[in-house]
Amino acid sequence: MNAMIEIADAKKTFTMHLQGGIELPVVSGVTFDVNPGECVVLSGPSGAGKSSILKMIFGNYRCDSGRIGIRHRGAVIDLATAEPRQVLNVRRSTIGYVSQFLRAVPRVATIDVVAEPLIVNGVSRADAQARAGELLHRLNIPERLWQLPPATFSGGEQQRVNIARGFISDLPILLLDEPTASLDAANRAVVVALVAEKKRQGVAMVAIVHDDEIRHLIADRIVDVTSFAAAA
Amino acid sequence: MVDQAALENDEPLLVAASLSKSFGRIAACRDVSFALYPGEVLAIVGESGSGKSTLLQMLSGQLTPSAGHVSYRMRDGITRDLTTLGEAERRFLFRTDWGFVHQDPAQGLRMAVSAGANVGERLMAVGWNHYGRIRDTASDWLTRVEIDVARIDDAPRTYSGGMRQRLQIARNLVTEPRLVFMDEPTGGLDVSVQARLLDLLRSLVAELNLAVIIVTHDLAVARLLSHRVMVMKGGRVIETGLTDQVLDDPREPYTQLLVSSILPP
Repeated sequence: MNAMIEIADAKKTFTMHLQGGIELPVVSGVTFDVNPGECVVLSGPSGAGKSSILKMIFGNYRCDSGRIGIRHRGAVIDLATAEPRQVLNVRRSTIGYVSQFLRAVPRVATIDVVAEPLIVNGVSRADAQARAGELLHRLNIPERLWQLPPATFSGGEQQRVNIARGFISDLPILLLDEPTASLDAANRAVVVALVAEKKRQGVAMVAIVHDDEIRHLIADRIVDVTSFAAAA
Repeated sequence: MVDQAALENDEPLLVAASLSKSFGRIAACRDVSFALYPGEVLAIVGESGSGKSTLLQMLSGQLTPSAGHVSYRMRDGITRDLTTLGEAERRFLFRTDWGFVHQDPAQGLRMAVSAGANVGERLMAVGWNHYGRIRDTASDWLTRVEIDVARIDDAPRTYSGGMRQRLQIARNLVTEPRLVFMDEPTGGLDVSVQARLLDLLRSLVAELNLAVIIVTHDLAVARLLSHRVMVMKGGRVIETGLTDQVLDDPREPYTQLLVSSILPP
């Protein structure tokens, strides 16, 4: 296969033991591929399971059945059955995840929060910080904030730090969960440009975007999640 | 920051095989098996009486299992069963390649001797004898754990709880161990002091590519520090997996209860 992501018949149910063991079907029969350089946008109303699918692709939610095939260093790994160590390897060198909220590390400076994914993959601190600085500039985070930990930043600033951290890497797969949710028009345009650059570099992306205009600008293909609605 | 070469190193550092421990008729720990790899941080979570401390004692060779065994890959690359090690060998392992961070720093430190001596002692135990070098290394480690070097000649009994815990960490890490056991390392500390300590631990563990087995009842500690988590209840491991998987998508009733008991931040 040439696809970077190949999901086949994946199913997810939550069993709520504290609520008398009720079964909460989330999605079933999830099947789609994502090719290099392509941005697939998941659509569907709130609660349809878009975020759950993203989390299944990241190995954060476990699947009940089915397959999450990820092309990792030339071979295909099924994240639905992978060992924890393999999942960590895949996350370090193949899949990046830009969540809606920054999970702030208490005392680390913004520039280092952004540079970290590169340093982990062996880029020198100086080079990583230089690239982090460029991205922070583009996302309009003023230089005087770079040495501060992002914990005290506004919601929009934190999200931009998070986006910088997500886009700095050279990972071949990116998952984007509402990357433009709390951004103004200027910064939304920056994110659209960043997505376009990643496409040109051959990165495969899966995104959740509620803003119709942004969706129109970045989506190569739309996958309607309501078709995976789990039969209760 | 996990070292790539080490994570892909396919030889486990420590292997627990079907470990059980009974005290009379009480089974404190039943049939626990896992493998720990270099640079990997494993959290063992569960409430008091779940058997997690008994397990930690067996893993660190301080308690003999009723059944099963623990093997460890020594610095020379040879994997040995802990029960076959002589007392002297085990002590040597503890002074060099292993660390043990106790919840109560008084258990891991000598409270009446200076901070510098507390750190230097471990170096002397592995044959260092140059006073100047020992003192320099001790000062360097105090700085790394954010203790003012001006306090090097003071005994830890004059230190605050947070400083004592950081000193205990310095004492453990000075010999560059590959594996550190931690028993509720943030247990008795104020929340703000805890956060600072966790942050420090997180960066040291990554920088030194340490393998860690940490026992905690605090899921936030597990989330921040560990790659993998094992949930224990009634002496058994009831759920295990990648830390974010287990905490974000808990399957077992007890794990769901634990996760739902956390107050939102």
